[in-house]
Amino acid sequence: MSYRTDRQRVAGLGSAKDGVHHFWTQRITAVALLPLVLLFVFPFARSLGSDYQTVVATYSNPFNAIVAILFILVAFRHLQLGLQVIIEDYVSSKPARTAALIANVLLSWAFALAGVFAVAKIAFTA
Amino acid sequence: MVQFNLPKNSRMVTGKTWPKPEGAKNVRTFKIYRYDGVENSAPRIDTYFVDMDTCGPMVLDALIKIKNEIDPTLTFRRSCREGICGSCAMTINGTNTLACIYGLDEMKGDVKIYPLPHMPVVKDLIPDLTHFYAQHASIMPWLETKTNTPEKEWRQSIEDRRKLDGLYECVMCASCSTSCPSYWWNGDRYLGPAALLHAYRWIIDSRDEATGERLDELEDPFKLYRCHTIMNCTNTCPKGLNPAKAIGEIKKMMVERTL
Repeated sequence: MSYRTDRQRVAGLGSAKDGVHHFWTQRITAVALLPLVLLFVFPFARSLGSDYQTVVATYSNPFNAIVAILFILVAFRHLQLGLQVIIEDYVSSKPARTAALIANVLLSWAFALAGVFAVAKIAFTA
Repeated sequence: MVQFNLPKNSRMVTGKTWPKPEGAKNVRTFKIYRYDGVENSAPRIDTYFVDMDTCGPMVLDALIKIKNEIDPTLTFRRSCREGICGSCAMTINGTNTLACIYGLDEMKGDVKIYPLPHMPVVKDLIPDLTHFYAQHASIMPWLETKTNTPEKEWRQSIEDRRKLDGLYECVMCASCSTSCPSYWWNGDRYLGPAALLHAYRWIIDSRDEATGERLDELEDPFKLYRCHTIMNCTNTCPKGLNPAKAIGEIKKMMVERTL
């Protein structure tokens, strides 16, 4: 039982004055991914299954290495923003939602940095 | 989490089948959601047969005929019978619309009528729209000004007035908001297409002087940004309006003022 008025319930804790940054970053990363996916996928497909020397040669090329690193960083940022929306949409229990949002941030950064490290390691091998 | 099954006391059971009208040649079947509003009672689907030769052309005509001639306990809201009051919004054959302007000749076979989805049901086809109306009130649906009130009217050019077309016609029937999955899952915090269309109607009103404050109030992951352009709102609007576009315009303005 609660004697809160309807307007009080709608007002809740007020506007978070937040969201436009998320929205805009998601659009920018989406636009950036268009060329990055194309530039990343061809050298990557070529090196898939090829021998050690070829892979090292491909990613010692600064252009390929930088594209791969950019792709990983931007893709994981975009993924993080998208997953956040899905969590906010579908996980309604407060503790579970908070936990999922924290895990989303931490795991996205962890995977992104692991990817960057992997590319850097190959790039600096030669 | 999102619920994929209705709670036990919301699952529908087969209800009463009412007798066919005697001597009628052109009979149509209506399956209508019934709920008594009594705790722990399940809603049921009653079956009615209506003589179409003596029935008006709209779904609301059939409902009124059923109430008058077959079952006076059938409960629904209606008033203007011409699509301007927004009272008779309900789900007809899977679409949220106004019963009074939805023609029986626009669909084939049995007519299935349910209350607007994902709202608490008061009785039969009457949803509880308290929260929906409070959300509308929260966007300040009135002209906000700071300049001293002019002696005559607040003036507006013909071009500026034209920007309100496609917005001011909304009758707050709640068809759009109750068709929106985002509103189903997060309707407690997401304002929904109807309230946001009204918000935009005042944001772009050339006479309004609280544009910034209005945008401030809306900038929120839940109030505004639960809209994912699903477009159910625009699809279902019985007045042919486009709430999804209005919400898109608000999102554009949010970005515009940061750039």
